[in-house]
Amino acid sequence: MQAAGEAAPVFATAAPRFDAKWLIIAACVVLTLYLGMVPLAFLLWQSFFTPQSAAKAAVFTFGNYREAYGSADTWLLFGNSLRFATGAAALSFAIGTLLAWMNERTNTPFKGLFFALSVIPLIIPGILFTVAWILLGSPKIGIINLALQRLFDTDAVFINVYSLGGMVWVDGLHYSPVAFLLMTAAFRAMDPALEESAIMSGASVLQVVRRVTLPLAWPAVFATLLILFVRAIESFEVPALLGLPVGLQVFTSAIYQAVHRYPSQIGLAAAYAVTLLAMTSVGVYLQSRLSSSGSKYATMTGKGFRPRTIDLGPWRYLTMAVFLAYFLFIVVLPFMVLLWSSLQKFYAVPSMEALSRLTLDPYRTIIAYPNLLRAVWNSLLLAVASATIIMLVTAVICWIVVKTRLPGRWLLDNFASLPMVFPGIVLGLAIMILYLTIPAGIYGTIWIMLIAYVTRFMPYGLRYNTTSMLQIHKELEESAAMSGASWTTTFWRIILPLLKPGLVAGWIYIVIVSIRELSSSILLYSPGTEVVSIVIWELWENGQYVELSALGVMLILALFVLVLAAQWLGRQFGIREL
Amino acid sequence: MLTVKGLCTEYVGERGQPIRAAQEVAFGVPPGKLFTLLGPSGCGKTTTLRSIAGLERPQLGEIAIGGELVFSSQKNLFVPPNARGLGMVFQSYAIWPHMTVYENAAFPLRVGRRKFSRREIDERVMRVLATVDLAEMAQREATKLSGGQQQRLALARALVMEPRLLLLDEPLSNLDAKLRERMRFELKRLQRELGITTVYVTHDQSEALALSHAIAVMNRGRIEQIGAPREVYERPQNQFVADFVGTTNFLDATVSGADGAAGFYRVRCELGELKAQAHEALRPADKVVLSVRPEDIYLSELRPDGENVWQGTVDQKVFLGESADFQVAIGERRLQSRVHPSLRTRVGEPIYVRIDPEKCVALKP
Repeated sequence: MQAAGEAAPVFATAAPRFDAKWLIIAACVVLTLYLGMVPLAFLLWQSFFTPQSAAKAAVFTFGNYREAYGSADTWLLFGNSLRFATGAAALSFAIGTLLAWMNERTNTPFKGLFFALSVIPLIIPGILFTVAWILLGSPKIGIINLALQRLFDTDAVFINVYSLGGMVWVDGLHYSPVAFLLMTAAFRAMDPALEESAIMSGASVLQVVRRVTLPLAWPAVFATLLILFVRAIESFEVPALLGLPVGLQVFTSAIYQAVHRYPSQIGLAAAYAVTLLAMTSVGVYLQSRLSSSGSKYATMTGKGFRPRTIDLGPWRYLTMAVFLAYFLFIVVLPFMVLLWSSLQKFYAVPSMEALSRLTLDPYRTIIAYPNLLRAVWNSLLLAVASATIIMLVTAVICWIVVKTRLPGRWLLDNFASLPMVFPGIVLGLAIMILYLTIPAGIYGTIWIMLIAYVTRFMPYGLRYNTTSMLQIHKELEESAAMSGASWTTTFWRIILPLLKPGLVAGWIYIVIVSIRELSSSILLYSPGTEVVSIVIWELWENGQYVELSALGVMLILALFVLVLAAQWLGRQFGIREL
Repeated sequence: MLTVKGLCTEYVGERGQPIRAAQEVAFGVPPGKLFTLLGPSGCGKTTTLRSIAGLERPQLGEIAIGGELVFSSQKNLFVPPNARGLGMVFQSYAIWPHMTVYENAAFPLRVGRRKFSRREIDERVMRVLATVDLAEMAQREATKLSGGQQQRLALARALVMEPRLLLLDEPLSNLDAKLRERMRFELKRLQRELGITTVYVTHDQSEALALSHAIAVMNRGRIEQIGAPREVYERPQNQFVADFVGTTNFLDATVSGADGAAGFYRVRCELGELKAQAHEALRPADKVVLSVRPEDIYLSELRPDGENVWQGTVDQKVFLGESADFQVAIGERRLQSRVHPSLRTRVGEPIYVRIDPEKCVALKP
């Protein structure tokens, strides 16, 4: 046979030829380990040293921790952080669970439409949502206060977002869709036969709830609460915009202030960051323990059952009203107030007089804003580059973890997931310290932001890729090897195309979260490397509210179009996520 | 064409215990022949095939294809699968869902070390697709094919490089019964026509008997017997082979002594004394197991002539259409017999049983 004769020389050589396989794998592994480990190590190191300067070398010290924990302020900080995160998590959870229950288990009208709309709030970047709620709920200029004052003819301040309660309200409301999606999944995963068989055994509805429903739902409830808590404690925009003006600090805003003080106290910031990291690590650890032991709760059967719904009778209009009110608070009011303010020359509360002065000037101003074009370009560049790098690198990592029997591969999985515990601002700080210390020459360039984005969103890419990778039968790969394809060819022509659904979904998700990113960028940008969210931040600091609103309206619309395109693409590729 | 020597594979199981997947596996396949590895699941047949493919690396042994070593533990030589130039059909077919029928079949030509011109690729792909009767479907999405068509496409993809050796891993197991039977003939015709050396893995003994030039029956990582289909079926070397290849009746017996012609012995079993054949020398008082195939147990209502005849009663019967299965009770013992469906003896009625001494094989337990 021809092929046999031709291939003969290859069989004679014992030594394997050079294969790009090992180069690619090694590069991806090294990159993952580097991104996952080095910033963390430097953060820990820095928290034990005095700042390095031209005059003095860094000296080992416990001073940062002494300063961090010696003062009563720190305990106040700790208390604030806990109360804020617990409150926001509880509020998100309560709202999300109520909505999920209404959507899954009742006959509320239009609930299908509601489910489709439920992702919209997640599109609005945190900084814009917070600014919108300042315009709505500030004691002096807040539209809600003014409307209520006019209604009741009084000077009393009804709501004040510049308070712990206000912070909890804005943050909890903004992330309630996360709770809604998680609890919807939990409700869907629960086999109604388990409840029905309890009823058939003679239990009353209350007994069913107490002895079957709650114990079964408990892991999902606890996991959701942990996720919400970790997310809230990492929150930066809300505490920075609502807490700092009234001296209410949490860890994230304290880190920001410690860096931006003159002279900046990086050691102190690092000590705070280590504390924050410890808190999020415990949360993420507990949550991963919970989801790995969750399999014994056999509520996840994977069967497509439709639980029976409760007929609410006339009460279903009440639940529909709850849906409407929720949508009003989370999308309509914030967006309308931004739209209103974006059409004013100077910010003014709505009135007939102001209505007559509507103008498109803010849009003209913001488009001509010196840094805007560059910021948009930077944002797009960072979003596309980080999404592409992440999806390709994690595809290789994921292949190693899922498809090989390499010893220690679980470690690789853990390292790639490690950035999950980094709050954005802590990651920004760690990377800042790292590249201030080692002379790589990328501090102050866009590269440092790229590194931050890639590190921060790597776990998402890994998760999207893992789901798809698990579905690829190993024989699809082996048959390519038997066809004579090298590993590189197989990876490029078989694995990546088969991963496409996960790759595309993950890529789009990372593009969206990258464009919204603020808390890491805020410590890493320098003139020339601003991104869109930083421009919004600057506009806020400068008091240019109308221009900010104009930019915000355009950004929200652009992200909305992006999500619609993503969902359309998703249907093309048969993805149901996102 | 293919020689496998002293192959041993051991891997660590889920609970950390060592699993011996293949032990001292050795065989040879002459050019143009179809060789089958037959055995129950977990017997090591797939491990052996994957070792030949290069998808697994055994601990010990040597594998040579066409006279060239592709694996040798002693010389620390291991040629990766993509450099072995073999064709393989997987159990799941492994048809790439993101390619068309044509692209699937052309893949080996495009990625292999040998470069082909576009025209050569086109020619070869269309020729191989025509061989498996898929030429009209070339531009179709691979996922739109039926099970049997996917199977043929997998075969086309394995053949397109004109490999020195074709490996088939249970290629018919995912098809329904009717289609399986048709593909069995198809596969045999193709293999005989192309004259391609083939190693076939299956747990289905009728498939093995129908297709092979030679069969290796495997059990617990070891080869129990290698032989032509008829040899393995009619002259099993041990109880496992007799049991696994086909259905059989086992009777414990003790050798009384030689009987006439060489290879024939008188043995004593629970049915009484009878004459049996053995393929190895036996001595008086040896314990043996007699294996008798159901189709070799003749039933008749009238007493037949000859040796090894008993009277029993019909205990149960099953009508199968083309044949009938009878359970006949002789004393405490029940024998299974396959007869022509025209035998109408009722349950409970007496019947005569005769076993041809040549078909009564005495095995060392």
